[in-house]
Amino acid sequence: MPKYLLIMRGTDESNAAMMANIDEMMATSRRFIEDLFKAGVYVAAEGLDDPAKGVVVDFGGESPVVTDGPYGETKELFGGFFLIDVASKEEAVEWAKRVPAAPGAKVEVRRVPGSDETPR
Amino acid sequence: MGITDVEAVWRIESARIVAALTRFTGDFGLAEDAAQEAVAEALVSWPRAAPADPAGWLMATGRRRAIDAIRRRAALRDRYAVLATEPAIGSVAGEEFDPDRIDDDVLALMFVSCHPVLSRESRVALTLRVVAGLSSEEIARAFLVSVPAVQARITRGKKTIAAAGVPFELPPAAERRERLGGVLSVVYVIFTEGSTATSGDRLLRPDVAYEAIRLARTLAALQPDEPEVHGLLALCELTAARFPARTAPDGSPVLLEDQDRSRWDFSAIQRGLAALAKASVRGLGPYGLQAAIAATHAAAPSVEATDWDRIVLLYEALIRVAPSPVTELNRAVAVAMASGPEQALAVVDELVASDRLSGSHLVPTVRGELLARLGRRPEARAELELAARLCANEREREVLLRKAAGLG
Repeated sequence: MPKYLLIMRGTDESNAAMMANIDEMMATSRRFIEDLFKAGVYVAAEGLDDPAKGVVVDFGGESPVVTDGPYGETKELFGGFFLIDVASKEEAVEWAKRVPAAPGAKVEVRRVPGSDETPR
Repeated sequence: MGITDVEAVWRIESARIVAALTRFTGDFGLAEDAAQEAVAEALVSWPRAAPADPAGWLMATGRRRAIDAIRRRAALRDRYAVLATEPAIGSVAGEEFDPDRIDDDVLALMFVSCHPVLSRESRVALTLRVVAGLSSEEIARAFLVSVPAVQARITRGKKTIAAAGVPFELPPAAERRERLGGVLSVVYVIFTEGSTATSGDRLLRPDVAYEAIRLARTLAALQPDEPEVHGLLALCELTAARFPARTAPDGSPVLLEDQDRSRWDFSAIQRGLAALAKASVRGLGPYGLQAAIAATHAAAPSVEATDWDRIVLLYEALIRVAPSPVTELNRAVAVAMASGPEQALAVVDELVASDRLSGSHLVPTVRGELLARLGRRPEARAELELAARLCANEREREVLLRKAAGLG
């Protein structure tokens, strides 16, 4: 059965809105994860730290180049994920609609191919 | 919103809605009917206008249909009584989900669907329908039976629950463990149908196995202190981890010794091992022991490098806590790997003499295999041909006939 990765994509505005209500956001996130867990579809979930604290390792040159800070000029930054094991793409989308997110944020739904789908 | 979107919402909500409606009406059969009516209405109205809160819409509609049914029933029984009951219904109808209660209600729903008064077929059908949220068509496809047959199992199951006066509640503490065993066995029956289809032209049906894993995960979330729940989940995860390597591109079975172990699902193995760790806190039960056997295979780089002595020990322990001729046969296979075919043949012959597995293709399959390894080719061939005649899965039968032919 397919797994799907629900990728949180926040903007500066949505991240600021989220931080302003961080306690409420944490509580709703926790409830959402409990719902996933009790529905038998939870595999993994994590939230990421401030992209400004990140490091990028760039393989563009002969040897990897390490730079501090967020990746490129992307406006919507990867802020966290939920990995779920569901019956269909439609179900993944239904769960994505229930992800606790601040206004302006987006959730990208990506399918994870099974290990039986890789070429032999 | 399309039909598949309605189905997706129903997959997520069915257990909670049927549980809440059963709590509300005190009548499991009526609640299930009302919930199904709500889904049928959603299939008609959502494609035209999608509700803002689909889950709330289903719950409210289900509740209205339940009230309608109670009123119809009351009107039939006593036209005056309905006046007396109406205000009571009205006040409960406004209640919302109580998150603390709904978990227990979903659990109670699983216990009712798997109640010992029901036939095995009804338990499986009801669990898939009300807890997993599958349609009759999906259940029929999963078990290779007709849709009317599934509907009959569900109808009969609901009537049996009403006739036997099965209450909607968690079993009393003294019965809880035993009743939980009944729920686990229903989940395992569903898993087994997906992992070794008893009939039909496909060996594996991962979509059916997935439903069982999902149910096991829900049970593990709701009953985290029950080791055997984690044992069953571990067994399912570790068995399903081998699915990608168990069939060739043409759908034919690949035996354990020929499987490309790099194709095993590493994430599923890790999830299985984590569940097994939770299962072993107070010593392993039957599901935990089977999971431990699967984990021993998962840890081995090849059949030769497998710790077969450990597997024999685990099978012996399993036979003591849950005696079964199939397990004894599996022990024989492990003995063959640990100590050689001669000793294993003695175990199988003992099993044949006890006549506890007559009619199964498994005994002649294993016996034929052992005889072949001992160089007793004509006897081996006869056994494998017998096994092929008894085997109901076409894919397995082809393998048996190929092996028999190979023995000249």
